[in-house]
Amino acid sequence: MKIQMNNLTILRIMSILSPLTLLLLWELLARMNAIDIRLFSSPYFIMKAFLPLLLSGELLYHTAISVQRILLGFAVGAIPGIVIGIAMGLSPWVRSSLEPMINATYPIPKLALMPLILLIFGLGETSKIFTIAIGVFYLVVINTLTGVLNIDKIYLDVAKSFGANRRNFYLTVALPGALPMIFAGLKLGMGMALILIVAAELSAAQAGIGWMIWRAYDMFDIERMFVALIMLSVLGYIFSLILDWLERLALPWKQ
Amino acid sequence: MSQIKKRIVIDAVSKIFQTPQGNVPAITDINLKIPNGEFFSIVGPSGCGKTTLLRILAGLETASSGTISINSRDDTRPLSSVVFQEQSIFPWMNVIDNVAYGLKMRGISKKQRYETATYYIRMIGLEKFMKAYPCQLSGGMKQRVSVARAFANDSEILLMDEPFGALDEQNRIILQQELLEIWDRTKKTTVFITHSIDEALCVSDRIMIMTAHPGTIKAIIDIDLPRPRDIAKIRTTLRYNELFQLIWQSLREEVLKGKEQDIRGIQHFS
Repeated sequence: MKIQMNNLTILRIMSILSPLTLLLLWELLARMNAIDIRLFSSPYFIMKAFLPLLLSGELLYHTAISVQRILLGFAVGAIPGIVIGIAMGLSPWVRSSLEPMINATYPIPKLALMPLILLIFGLGETSKIFTIAIGVFYLVVINTLTGVLNIDKIYLDVAKSFGANRRNFYLTVALPGALPMIFAGLKLGMGMALILIVAAELSAAQAGIGWMIWRAYDMFDIERMFVALIMLSVLGYIFSLILDWLERLALPWKQ
Repeated sequence: MSQIKKRIVIDAVSKIFQTPQGNVPAITDINLKIPNGEFFSIVGPSGCGKTTLLRILAGLETASSGTISINSRDDTRPLSSVVFQEQSIFPWMNVIDNVAYGLKMRGISKKQRYETATYYIRMIGLEKFMKAYPCQLSGGMKQRVSVARAFANDSEILLMDEPFGALDEQNRIILQQELLEIWDRTKKTTVFITHSIDEALCVSDRIMIMTAHPGTIKAIIDIDLPRPRDIAKIRTTLRYNELFQLIWQSLREEVLKGKEQDIRGIQHFS
């Protein structure tokens, strides 16, 4: 009997099969002592560590704390990023006064600012939120600015000829016109937030996914570290699903 | 009805563009009076500044010298609405919000502006597409929305800059006929730019021919074709063909002049 399968089905099976193969290979290598399980652990040991962490609620507790920091930092960075980006896009005055500063400070790795942020905001929540916010802000402001500048000039003419005031320029042309680019910035910002949360929870934290990783490092608890890493990956996936969903909701005109 | 006879008065208007290569005159010394309810067209060789004149009327550019005035019946109505040549309806708004845009800018309530917008959307035959986004519409449909948006705004004058220039011929003829029908109902003072003598003849009361760059008035011709007009029929009449010849003779010289200028490399603006 000949089994008919179209290309799409084969591709789907491939994309499920290949990670499973990798996991299997990992487990096999660990069992054969071909890799050092003290460093690389094995899928079986990680699962064994994962279940109690999940059932005791410890994992979710740390996740919730990190998610809270990420969301707050994200909002504190993204909202001014959008507003300032649009203002820069619409007004040459705002643009020429802010762009040099933004361009000059953008290349500074945000991690390099952490000691300064810790000195200014202390060891509490504020410094962690601010670290994330500053990373998100740059990506959002730059993308928003690009989005506004790329709006076809004809739409500005239309708004002007129909007598749009400054507020309506913002709300009916600049914001919706730049929204596709704003979402691109938000998605990059979300990636940045995940990087920064781990760094931010390195110092002076008592909880959080990032803290879990550093704590596991101190205790040489490799399984725990892998569980936290997997959680970060799951978080990243969920955040990107949410952003995709919001994007479809906000951009019905992009098909 | 209005007491104002002259809706648009253009007095000695010139426009000079400042470029790195120096000052370039776009239009020179335009004097024009357009009465209320007239459909006035402008034809001219490309680069003669006809779009510049329209943009000055729309308030999108300022004249370098001279004045324009659009006489208004009351202060609450906007002076002008523009139908642009290129795709200009907002991709992020559905059809009804696009058509109601001018009314929204004037702070008219949602209920009222949707009522007005619906009326004009029916008139252009897009009532099934009220909630559709522009990406779901064809080029001809988009331009219909643009025309409806201008009419719905209920401004003192309508300005159209080659509104059907980007359409294929079949669509163009259909939209010209539709425009004639909507215009017949509203009798709005309209300034219409086109490079097609055919199109100008079909829709206009008067046609102004502009000289090659820098543009000024060469001739203004009364189009005494009876209204309401049927585009297919009117083209076969004798008078239509006489007028066509008359305009073409005058325009031809300017087009050739414009071509010479191009060859000599004189910079020009469209």
